[in-house]
Amino acid sequence: MNNTKRMRKKMRNKALSVLFCVLVYLFLFLPISVIVANSFNATTSKPYMMWKGFTLDWYSKLFDNTLLLESFENTMIIAIVSTLLATVIGTLGAVGMYRYRFKGKGIINGLLYIPVVIPEIVIGIALLTLFSKVNIPRGMITLILAHVSFSVPFVIFNVRARLSGYDKSVEEASMDLGANRIVTFFEVTLPILAPGIGGGALLAFTLSIDDVIISYFVNGQTKTYPLKVMESIKSGVAPDVNALSTLILIGTIVLVTLTQSDILKRKGK
Amino acid sequence: MKKKRSKHEFRANTLPAMVTVGPMVLLLIFLVVAPLIFVAVMSFCQTDQYYNVVYKFTAENYSKLISPDYLKIYGQSILIALLTTIVCIIIGYPFAYIIARCKSKKKKLLYMLVIVPFWTNSLIRIYGWRTFLGSNGWLNSVLQNLHIIKEPVDFLYKTGTTVLGMVYCLIPFMILPLYTAIEKLDGSLLEASSDLGAKPYKTFLEVIIPLTSGGIFSGSIMVFIPCLGYFFVSNILGGGNTDMIGNLIERQFKSANNWPLGAALSIILIVVTLILVKIYQKLGGDMEDLGV
Repeated sequence: MNNTKRMRKKMRNKALSVLFCVLVYLFLFLPISVIVANSFNATTSKPYMMWKGFTLDWYSKLFDNTLLLESFENTMIIAIVSTLLATVIGTLGAVGMYRYRFKGKGIINGLLYIPVVIPEIVIGIALLTLFSKVNIPRGMITLILAHVSFSVPFVIFNVRARLSGYDKSVEEASMDLGANRIVTFFEVTLPILAPGIGGGALLAFTLSIDDVIISYFVNGQTKTYPLKVMESIKSGVAPDVNALSTLILIGTIVLVTLTQSDILKRKGK
Repeated sequence: MKKKRSKHEFRANTLPAMVTVGPMVLLLIFLVVAPLIFVAVMSFCQTDQYYNVVYKFTAENYSKLISPDYLKIYGQSILIALLTTIVCIIIGYPFAYIIARCKSKKKKLLYMLVIVPFWTNSLIRIYGWRTFLGSNGWLNSVLQNLHIIKEPVDFLYKTGTTVLGMVYCLIPFMILPLYTAIEKLDGSLLEASSDLGAKPYKTFLEVIIPLTSGGIFSGSIMVFIPCLGYFFVSNILGGGNTDMIGNLIERQFKSANNWPLGAALSIILIVVTLILVKIYQKLGGDMEDLGV
């Protein structure tokens, strides 16, 4: 008697927690479903919110919207270049911080947390004031510089996490066997750190393509995809933007499922 | 002899240190430290009648910061950020607890499902909420068709709507550290607590919560601080009724064109951030938990 009561209670708790999770996932996916659904919306009048029936038109119209496609191209160029730079700078930095002695290590370490904790808007306006003071024309270059600056810490943290379980003796063995420092770095150190580097790079890439706030201040006339969306918000985001978002989402899901490995385990921000 | 050693020291330590750490240090100096110092300098500058920055000292920007209009917005910012943090804990904690205690294969999938929505740009997702909640939005059409309401209800432009958008944008930063903290929980402690006769709620309050408080603290920092600056959320969902300090700063740089005033407003955000991070450290929080 007592036992069945307890069983029932357990079942009820289980049902409640499943229900709770389902609700949270519904919350998380609701706007995504709106975006995907609206990309098939046959409406042609602003602000493109009323449902007027199903169409695939927006997916073909998307390829005529050169400005939108151009902004997407900019986003990809900035993301790829800034990820490459941030990954190289961050990996070298993490290895150097871990291995060598020098003054001011504590300060450098503290500085790394600034871009992580300070609100993005402050980073954005700070870069804007500096770029305008030293007369760097705002555009592709300033966007790339800004993106590198906020993603480097994340690469470093990822690589560092990997370094903490790292056995230095394998490097010594490599050097004892006659490899020089550079060969050792590429043949021994890098392969061991690869998962951390990959995780950091992936994080840098996602931060870059999603960035709105910092890009908004340093872009000049160059439009990235998120900024293009921002621009269209006042008049209503047209369904072709939704179509592009849907394609990007599908692309990411495919890419991640294909490369699914332990890289993703650490993905955070 | 001594010279030889220092030469060796240079080749074995100083040179490789410079090569590896150098680029990162340059980046931190020129793209993090210098801009922030420059903001501090600018906050004491004046503008001419064309709103060009004039490098002449004034403290006027700071005296403008305590105008009643601004004070109201600071209050609103704190209210919204606080509500957002609380809602994130209330939803995020049980959620993180449930998925962290699942079997490992299922756990990975459930965890991934939290991240997937964030592969779509945050702006367009917030706009998705607007399409859903607006007075001619989808929720209203559904409710009207079901005859639950007669006239469309405007769900937008309220404090609650902005909080909803903020929670939506920031909840992963609460869930992920909580998940990590809860995953580390030693199950045997929970068993011990219940074997010793503690009721579940008592185990929860006196064992589980204290052991995972690190996750709650770091999650709260990662939600509260960015919330103050997410101007686009209150722009899109609050429509000017729920302005926050981020909106004030954005306006000074994008439309009102008073950069020194905007810089002074940013200094407030920097100070708030520093204070909160200090409190976090005092409470025993680890800076490393804020990173990834």
